[in-house]
Amino acid sequence: MLQVTNLRLGFASGKKMLVAVDGISFVISKGETFALLGESGCGKSATAQGIMRLLPAAGRITDGSVRLEGTELLTLAEADMRQVRGARIAMIFQEPATSLNPVLTVGMQIGEVLDLHCGLRGEPARQRMLELLRQVGIADPERRLDEYPFQFSGGMKQRVMIAIALAGEPDLLIADEPTTALDVTVQAQILDLLAQLQRERGMGMLLITHDLGVVAKMAHRIGVMYAGELVEVASREEFFSRPQHPYTQALFAALPEVSRRGMALTTIPGQVPSLAAMPASCRFADRCTHVMPVCREISPDWRGVAASHTLRCHWSGSTAVVANHTPRMGLGHLMPEMAPFLDVVDLKVHFPIRRGVLQRTVGQVLAVDGVSLAISAGRTLALVGESGCGKTTVGKALLQLVKPTAGSVRLGGSELVGMQGKRLRAARRHMQMVFQDPFASLNPRLRVGEIIAEGMSALGLESDAAAQGRAVAALLKQVGLPDEAAGRYPHEFSGGQRQRIAIARALAVQPELLICDEPTSALDVSVQAQILNLLKKLQEELGVAYLFITHNFAVVEYLANDVAVMYLGRIVERGGAEEVLRSPKHPYTQALLSAVPVPRLDAHSAAIRLPGETPSPANPPAGCHFHPRCPLAIDVCRQRYPETSEISATHTVNCHLAR
Amino acid sequence: MLAYIVRRLLYAIPILIGVNLLTFALFFVVNTPDDMARMQLGVKRVTPEAIEKWKAERGYDKPLLINSGAKGLSTVTDTVFFQKSARMFVGDFGRAEDGRDIAREIASRMGPSLAIALPTFILGLFVTVSFALTLAFFRATAFDFWGVVLCVAMMSISGLFYIIGGQFLISKVWRLVPISGFADGVDAWRFLLLPVLIGVISGIGASTRWYRTIFLEEVGKDYVRTARAKGLPETIVFFRHVLRNALIPILTGVVVVIPLLFMGSLLTESFFGVPGLGSYTIDAINAQDFAVVRSMVFIGSVLYIVGLILTDISYTVVDPRIRFE
Amino acid sequence: MMGFQVVLLWSDMLIWLLVVAGIGVGVLVAKTPPLLAAWRRVGADRVGMAAATVLLAFIAIGLLDSLHYRVQLDGKPGQKASYAVEVLSVLDALAAPLRLRNEKTYSAPFATRLYAKETIDLPGGETLRDYPRLKHGGSHLGEREDAVAADAGLTAFRAGVLALLAWAALAAGAAALVQRGPAAVDASGWQKIWRRETAFAWDAVLLTVGLMLLVVVPLFWLAGQYHVFGTDKVGQDVLYQVLKSVRTGLIIGLVTTLVMLPMAVLLGIVAGYFRGWMDDVIQYIYTVLNSIPGVLLIAAAVLMMQVVIDTHPQWFSTAAERADLRLLALCFILGITSWTGLCRLLRGETLKLRELEYIQAAQAFGVSSWRIIVRHILPNLMHIVIIALVMDFSGLVLAEAVLSYVGIGVDPTMISFGTMINSARMELGREPVVWWSLAAAFTAMFILVLAANLFADAVRDAFDPRAA
Repeated sequence: MLQVTNLRLGFASGKKMLVAVDGISFVISKGETFALLGESGCGKSATAQGIMRLLPAAGRITDGSVRLEGTELLTLAEADMRQVRGARIAMIFQEPATSLNPVLTVGMQIGEVLDLHCGLRGEPARQRMLELLRQVGIADPERRLDEYPFQFSGGMKQRVMIAIALAGEPDLLIADEPTTALDVTVQAQILDLLAQLQRERGMGMLLITHDLGVVAKMAHRIGVMYAGELVEVASREEFFSRPQHPYTQALFAALPEVSRRGMALTTIPGQVPSLAAMPASCRFADRCTHVMPVCREISPDWRGVAASHTLRCHWSGSTAVVANHTPRMGLGHLMPEMAPFLDVVDLKVHFPIRRGVLQRTVGQVLAVDGVSLAISAGRTLALVGESGCGKTTVGKALLQLVKPTAGSVRLGGSELVGMQGKRLRAARRHMQMVFQDPFASLNPRLRVGEIIAEGMSALGLESDAAAQGRAVAALLKQVGLPDEAAGRYPHEFSGGQRQRIAIARALAVQPELLICDEPTSALDVSVQAQILNLLKKLQEELGVAYLFITHNFAVVEYLANDVAVMYLGRIVERGGAEEVLRSPKHPYTQALLSAVPVPRLDAHSAAIRLPGETPSPANPPAGCHFHPRCPLAIDVCRQRYPETSEISATHTVNCHLAR
Repeated sequence: MLAYIVRRLLYAIPILIGVNLLTFALFFVVNTPDDMARMQLGVKRVTPEAIEKWKAERGYDKPLLINSGAKGLSTVTDTVFFQKSARMFVGDFGRAEDGRDIAREIASRMGPSLAIALPTFILGLFVTVSFALTLAFFRATAFDFWGVVLCVAMMSISGLFYIIGGQFLISKVWRLVPISGFADGVDAWRFLLLPVLIGVISGIGASTRWYRTIFLEEVGKDYVRTARAKGLPETIVFFRHVLRNALIPILTGVVVVIPLLFMGSLLTESFFGVPGLGSYTIDAINAQDFAVVRSMVFIGSVLYIVGLILTDISYTVVDPRIRFE
Repeated sequence: MMGFQVVLLWSDMLIWLLVVAGIGVGVLVAKTPPLLAAWRRVGADRVGMAAATVLLAFIAIGLLDSLHYRVQLDGKPGQKASYAVEVLSVLDALAAPLRLRNEKTYSAPFATRLYAKETIDLPGGETLRDYPRLKHGGSHLGEREDAVAADAGLTAFRAGVLALLAWAALAAGAAALVQRGPAAVDASGWQKIWRRETAFAWDAVLLTVGLMLLVVVPLFWLAGQYHVFGTDKVGQDVLYQVLKSVRTGLIIGLVTTLVMLPMAVLLGIVAGYFRGWMDDVIQYIYTVLNSIPGVLLIAAAVLMMQVVIDTHPQWFSTAAERADLRLLALCFILGITSWTGLCRLLRGETLKLRELEYIQAAQAFGVSSWRIIVRHILPNLMHIVIIALVMDFSGLVLAEAVLSYVGIGVDPTMISFGTMINSARMELGREPVVWWSLAAAFTAMFILVLAANLFADAVRDAFDPRAA
C-alpha cells in the first residue's frame, strides 16, 4: 500500500545541507504494522514527517518517491496533499500534552476532521464523534466532548489524538513514539487499543519507536535505522530469533535483564557520527565489534538472509555471539547483610493546597504519605512507581531538599529531619544524588572541573587547589572520562558523558549512599548500558549503596537487591528483588510487571490490564488507594487501608488479599 | 473564579495605599510646602509672610502627618496627609493654582481625551494585529523580511516626528484638515482624523513586531503540527488554531491599557490643542501646578490597577484553563 | 601658554567608568568560551556588525565630548590663575570652527545669506532692506555667491576621493589581518572577505565604514566653509548641535540602564530564589512603582528635583555642572521608573532556574544560597541582562526627546535632540519654513536609534537560547 523508495531528506543549515535520512526504502501493506526502530537522532521521525510532507521549515526532501496505492505523494500539489493528510494517512505524536490545541474543545478538534474529510456537520458529526470517543475507550463521551484538553489525563489525551486520527478513516496510521511519554500501565492500554483498532479496520501502521518491547508487542515487520539509513529489515519472527546486523545484536545485548544480573552489559563504544560528518562507508564501522577493512571503504549493499529478512552488512558471521564477550562481575548482594545504613520511618511530605479569597489551606497534596525504607551499606534498593507516585519527592526529602512534613530519616545513626546548618552539611557528605536529565543537571557556565569540585569546596574536603585538581582527575578516571575533560564545558559532551560527570560530582564527596533519580531514562539503550555498567563497577569498588528511583523494571531486575513499589505516596510492596519480581503479591505490582512490554517473541502471557490512571495525590481514594483500579477489589478494600503483612522475613505487602 | 477576582480586588487596596504614600512622600516630604511656595511665588517675591500666606490659602500650613495641637480625631484628620492625600480616595482632589476644582475639570476633559484615545487604540490594535498576522502567515519570505525591516525602521523614528511631520504635510501643505483644535459633537471628526491617524501609524512598528513574535512562537508549537497533519488548509490552521492561542497573550497585554485611555495622550493632545486630560497634565507640569500633577498621578495609578484587575478577568474569559480552575 | 583646568563632571566619570567596565567585561568574556561563542555569533551577524560600526562612531563622538576642561584666563603673572566660566570638551576644541563661527540668526544649509531681511547700511549712507551676507558661510567665495553649487560639489568630490583612499587603506589592513588568521591556505584575505568566508562579518563592517567615510569626510570638509546643516535662531551651526546632542543621548541610553541594573538584578533574583515574604515585598514594591504612569512619575520627580536645584544654587560653580546634575538625576528617575520590567523578567527566570537540577545538586552539597546565586543563577541570567541593556537603549534615546519636549527632560541649556526639536518646531509655522534644524535632529536620531535597534536584534538573536 505505502511504498517508500530511496527517500532522502535533509535540513538546511546555512549554505550546507545536513542529510538526516539517506535513501531509505520500505513498503507497508494493508493491515500490517511496520516498525521503524532506532535510537534518538537516527532520522526515524524525520522519515515520518517526510512521508506526510510536514517537515519543519528548514527540512527539504531531496530525492526519492513515496507512493500511496500508486499515487506519488512527493509531487502532489499541496492542495491535493491536504486531501491525503488526515483522510488517507493520519498521524499521532509522542507528546499528547502539547499536541492538542489547548483552547479548543475536544469536540471541535475532532469535528474539523469530520467536516473536512467526511463532510459531516451538526448532529451527524456529533453522533460520529461520540462513536469515535467510545471506540477509543473514553467513558461518558457526551460530557467529554465539550471539555478542553487540559481536563484530560495524559493517557486520555492520547486516546483523543487517536480519535482525531481515526476520524478521517485513514488507510495508514503513522504513530510516532505514541507511548513514550506515558506510564507502563497506560502504555499497555494504548498499545492494546492501537492493535485492536488496526485489526478491526485493516489499517496499515507505521510505528516509530526506540523500544524493543513495544516492537515485540506490536510489529509485524521491523526496520532498524542507524544514522539516517535502514540497516536491517526483517519479519518479527526473524528479527527476534535471528538478528543479524551487529548494531541490532548490540541493541539486544545492551538491554538490562534479569538473566544478565551480575554481568556487565554489552555497550556500543563511541557515538553516532554527526550529520555533518557522515562517513561514505558503512556508518556503523567505527563502533562495530566485527569491523573489517572493507567496512571502512564501501557502504554495504542490501543482501537477503532469509525470505523476509534483508540487511546491509559486510559481515556474515553467526548470531548472538555478542553476549559472550561480557566479563562476569561480582554480585552486589554477596556483601554481608549489615544494619541498615539509611533508615526511613514513616516519612511524609505534604504540600498545602491554598484556595479562596484568603488563600487558606483547604487541603494537602499527599505526595509522600508514610514511607518506610531501609538500605544497608553497599546494597541497591530500587524504588519503583509510575509518574506522580511521589518517588522523586522521596529522594529529595531524604536529602532534605524538600522539608519532610513528618517522619524520621536516620543516616548512619543520626537523625536528619530538623537538622540545621553545619551538622546538616556534614551529614550531606554521606548521601548524594544523581539526577534524571543530564542536560539540566550540569551548569552550562561552569567547567567540568569546577562542577566536580563544587561539592568538595562546599563541604570543605580538599581545600588547596592542587589536591582538588588531583581529586578531580582521579574521579574523571573513575567514571571513564579523559583527564582533559576537566577544562571543558558541559555542552561539549554527549548525554551519556554528562551523566558520567554528574556521577563524578556526586562521588566527589565520597558518599556512602547515592540516590539515583531515573539516571538512565533520558538516555538511549546503548548509553543506558554504559551508565548501568559504571554504576555497578563503582559499587564493587567503593561499596556505595544506591537508592535507585525508576519506573523501568528491566533496570530493576538487572541491578536491584531490594525493591519497593510505590503507589500514590505509599509503599505497597517491599522485599528482595527475587521475591518481589518472581512472586509479586500486590495486585498493583503484578499488573505493573505484566504491563511491561518484553522484547521477546514469547512474551505475552495473560496480561493484567489496569483500567484508568493514577488518581490525584490531593484526593486519594478512601480505603486502599488502589481499589478503584484493582481487578480483585473486595468490600473491605473500599473501607480501610490494608495493614502491612509479612510474606517472609524480608518481603512485606499492604493488601487485604495477601494474607 | 469569583474568589480569584475578589482576591485580586483586595490586593489592589494595599497597592493604592502604597501609591498614595509614595506621592505624599514625593510631594510633601522630599520637598516641603515651603519649597513649593518659593517656586510658585518666584524668587523675587519670596518673603516669609508671602510663603505663609500662600500655604494658608491652600491648606498646606497644617502639620504633615500628626497634628499634636488638635484634639481627638482631628489629630489625624487636620493634617496635610489627610486633607490632601487621603481625600483623593473619595475623589476630592482640591483646587488647582487657578482656583478651579480639579475633579470637575477632570470630568469635563475626559470626553475629548477618550474621543482620540479610543479610536486610536481600537484602530491601532486592528491594524497591527492584522499586519503581524500577515507577516507571520508569509513567514520566511521576502514579504516578511521587508515587513520586519519596515517595522524596525518605523520604531526607530521618534514619535515627535510622526506628529510634526503629519501636521506639516497633511494640514499645512495639503490643507486637508485643520492643524489643531477641537469641537464638540459631530463636527469633531475633522479634528480627530489626523491625531488618530498619526497615533495609529506611530504605533505600528513596535507593536507589529511584538505580535509577530507571539504568532511565530505559536506557529512552532506541537498542536499546529497536529492541525496540519489533519489536512487543514494553512488559512484555517492560522485563523482557527494559531490566532486563538496567540490572542491570549496579546489581549491580556492590551487590556491593561484600556482604563488608561481615559488619561489621554500627553503629546498628541498638546500638539493638536485637544482640551483633554493629557494637555491638562502638560499644562500643569509647565505651570508647576503640584496639586494637578498629584491628582493625575493618583488617577493614573487607580486606572492602572483597574487595568490589572481587568487583565485578570480577561484571562478567565479567553483561557479555558483558567476559567475552569 | 594657555593653561587649562580639567573638569570632571559626574556624568563624565560614569561614562568613563562604563568604558573601563566594558573593557573589563571584554577581558572576562574572552576567558569564558560560552560567552565568547555568543559574541562570536554577534560578530558573524552582518546587519548587527554594520549597526555596531555606526554605533561605535556615535560612541567616539560621545567620548570626545566627555573630556571636559576650563581654559585659563589671561591674567597678570603672579596673580592667582582664574578660569573661564565656560566648560569645554575635547569635541568643542576639535569642532572649534563650527562652534565659534556663529551667524546672527537663521540661515539655510549652504546659504551665503541670512534667512531674514534686514536693514543694511550702504556706504553712501542709504539703507536697503535685503538678506544680509553671512559672516562665515561661504565667505571664501567673496562676490561669486552663485558658484556655491560648483564649489561645494568640487570640494565634496575631492573629499570623496580622499575618503576612498582612506577606505582602501583600511580595507587592505583588514585583509592583511584576515590573511594572518588561522587556516589561510588557498585564498587571500581579500578574497575571503569578499566571499564571506570569514567568521567575523568583515564585509559588512568595511562596507559601512566606506559609506560612512564617503558621507562624513566631505561633510566635515565642507563644514569648514559652509553651514552644511544651516544655523538656528541664534545663528549657531546645526551640525555642531547635532554633534553635541550625541553625548546626551548616549548618557541617557546607557547610564539609565546601568543605574537600574544592580537593583533590578538583585531584587529580581532574591524574589525568585527565596520566594516567600521577600517575594511578596518585592512584588509589592514593583507593582506600586509600575502602577504610577511613567511620564507622570518622571514629571513629578523632575519637578521636585528642579525645586531642589533651584533652592541650592550654591552647589554648582558652572552652568554645565548644574545641567549635568539634572541630566544625571533624569537618568536616575528614568532608571527607577523602568527597572520593574527587567526585575519581573529576572524573577520569572530565577523561579525557573531554581528548579533546575544543577541548582538542586548544589543545594544537596549544602552550598550557601548566596554562593548558588553568584555561581549558578547570575551567570545563567546574564544573557537576559545584556539583551535588556541593548534593547532599552533605543527606547531611552527616543524617550529623552519626548520628555525634553514636555519640559521634564534635560536642562534647557543642554544641547540634546529633544531640546533641538523643541526649539525648532515652532518655526515650522514660519513662512517660508525653517526645516533644517528639525530634519537634522530627526535624521541623526533616526540613524542612532536604528543602529541601536539593529544591533540589539543581533545581540538578542545571539544570546537568546530559544533562538539558537
